[in-house]
Amino acid sequence: MTLTTTTRATRASAGSRQERRLGWLLCAPAVLVMAAVTAYPVGYAVYLSLQRYDLRFPQRARFVWLDNYVAVLSSPYWWQALSVTVLITAVSVTIELVLGLALALVMHRTILWRGAVRTAVLVPYGIVTVVSAYSWQYAWTPGTGYLAALLPPGSAPLTDHWQAIGLIILAEVWKTTPFMALLLLAGLALVPEETLRAAQVDGAGFGQRLRLVVLPLMKPAILVALLFRTLDAFRVFDDIYVLTGGSNDTGSVSILGYDNLFTALNLGIGSAISVLIFLCVAAIALVFVKVFGAAAPGGEAGGR
Amino acid sequence: MNANARRSAGWTVVNLVVVLYALFPVWWIAALSFKDPSTLTDGDFVPRRWTLENYRGIFRTSEFTRALLNSVGIAVIATTIAVALGTMAAYAVARLRFPGKRLLIGMSLLIAMFPPISLVSPLFDIERVLGLFDTWPGLIIPYMTFSLPLAIYTLSAFFREIPWDLEKAARVDGATPWQAFRLVIAPLAAPGVFTTGILVFIFCWNDFLFAISLTSTRAARTVPAAIAFFTGSSQFQQPTGSIAAAAMVITVPIVVFVLLFQRRIVAGLTAGAVKG
Repeated sequence: MTLTTTTRATRASAGSRQERRLGWLLCAPAVLVMAAVTAYPVGYAVYLSLQRYDLRFPQRARFVWLDNYVAVLSSPYWWQALSVTVLITAVSVTIELVLGLALALVMHRTILWRGAVRTAVLVPYGIVTVVSAYSWQYAWTPGTGYLAALLPPGSAPLTDHWQAIGLIILAEVWKTTPFMALLLLAGLALVPEETLRAAQVDGAGFGQRLRLVVLPLMKPAILVALLFRTLDAFRVFDDIYVLTGGSNDTGSVSILGYDNLFTALNLGIGSAISVLIFLCVAAIALVFVKVFGAAAPGGEAGGR
Repeated sequence: MNANARRSAGWTVVNLVVVLYALFPVWWIAALSFKDPSTLTDGDFVPRRWTLENYRGIFRTSEFTRALLNSVGIAVIATTIAVALGTMAAYAVARLRFPGKRLLIGMSLLIAMFPPISLVSPLFDIERVLGLFDTWPGLIIPYMTFSLPLAIYTLSAFFREIPWDLEKAARVDGATPWQAFRLVIAPLAAPGVFTTGILVFIFCWNDFLFAISLTSTRAARTVPAAIAFFTGSSQFQQPTGSIAAAAMVITVPIVVFVLLFQRRIVAGLTAGAVKG
């Protein structure tokens, strides 16, 4: 009796040791790649950000501690870019949430052409952002575009600060609402049909069912979708690059970083901006997880 | 009957609005690409004279054909590597018990949220030193890294759906964990792997920031980056027609994927979100 138990225990621990080794072995390549391509360069970015390093005068590179950060944080350009980025992020994510929810309801409920609707909605998700940005740019360019032709003559919306920001938001919303809708659709599928029917029997109207039943049950899905889209919107680059190139104070922080790196060729300042953007993103993620309690996807992946 | 008819009429309108919303900018760039150069700036929604001249124009120069080759080659190689590494890691995450699993999940979550611009400056400097700047590997490496979290999430969600009893049966029959993985689970997992491949490919195909930052010539410049550097055939001519045609060429594969695999792409995108 005792003997068999011991043998079984030994075999189990041998099995689990084998399992552990296989687990590490299978994860090792992915972990090595991710560490080598992100962890090391991030450390290097921090190092670069502490240097005066202008690629036009590489021999004058030297260590300047936090001078680059002081320069960036005391520059109106950084704050301008940050406020534009925050504005674009907040407005576009809010619109996307509302539109995305509507779109998810349509995809979930429609009795006709369900496949066709889902197929059409995947096009904005899949299309190359630069392509859709050019489409919007030509549409709004006076003389070329059909949308510009609808505006009063003489208006060039892409050259006006507020109008251009509005159009950047429009392009972002068009491109990413379907992704938001698909994430919300997944949450919507988890709302049990019987609960909804029961609410309907109890006399709850559509608005009440949505507000009191559907939305609370979807909260985890909504938070994950919001977290992902907020972080994604914060790094907005492609649409702005094509639509305005960042002129008329429409540049985001990513555009500012890119310009400092590749137009001004200033690796030190550019890296300082990169690190600051990273810190902003980390702060946003932290707020979502700590304040709103967004369950990090994969958090419960230890499921088994 | 009447109520039913009204209901389906209502849904027809709603669905039509959704479809128009999704396809309207795509139609506009398509219309531009088929316009005769003389009518390019007429602002008409439908071309007055249809022509393939813009397409012939971009395929005449190596500027575009080389970029297309770069785009396809880089995206296919990066997707293959990312899906291979992601499959192994996702199997471990979905199936095995081992210390450090949460670390792996946390790490890939961190990278999924990472702003690419933060990596551009160090990668630019590192790649210049290593001679990777403006080469295929110079883009493949960041692409596969940034798509690994997507691959790991989607695949581990798919893997949790697989009937694992079959694996247990194989283990009872004396297969090692590795054999069970290779002979029993891998064939069952193939559809999920394929779907993940499409999502990762779309991700790599879409990138612009790395493509304009880590290349400088046509040696490795992908189509989205090449488009941004298109010039007209003379300095007085806008490259509108060429850009529209090139944009359509790189949109076609996406539309084909979406048409053929709509159900799977939706499943792939939503699986990761719910099961997480």
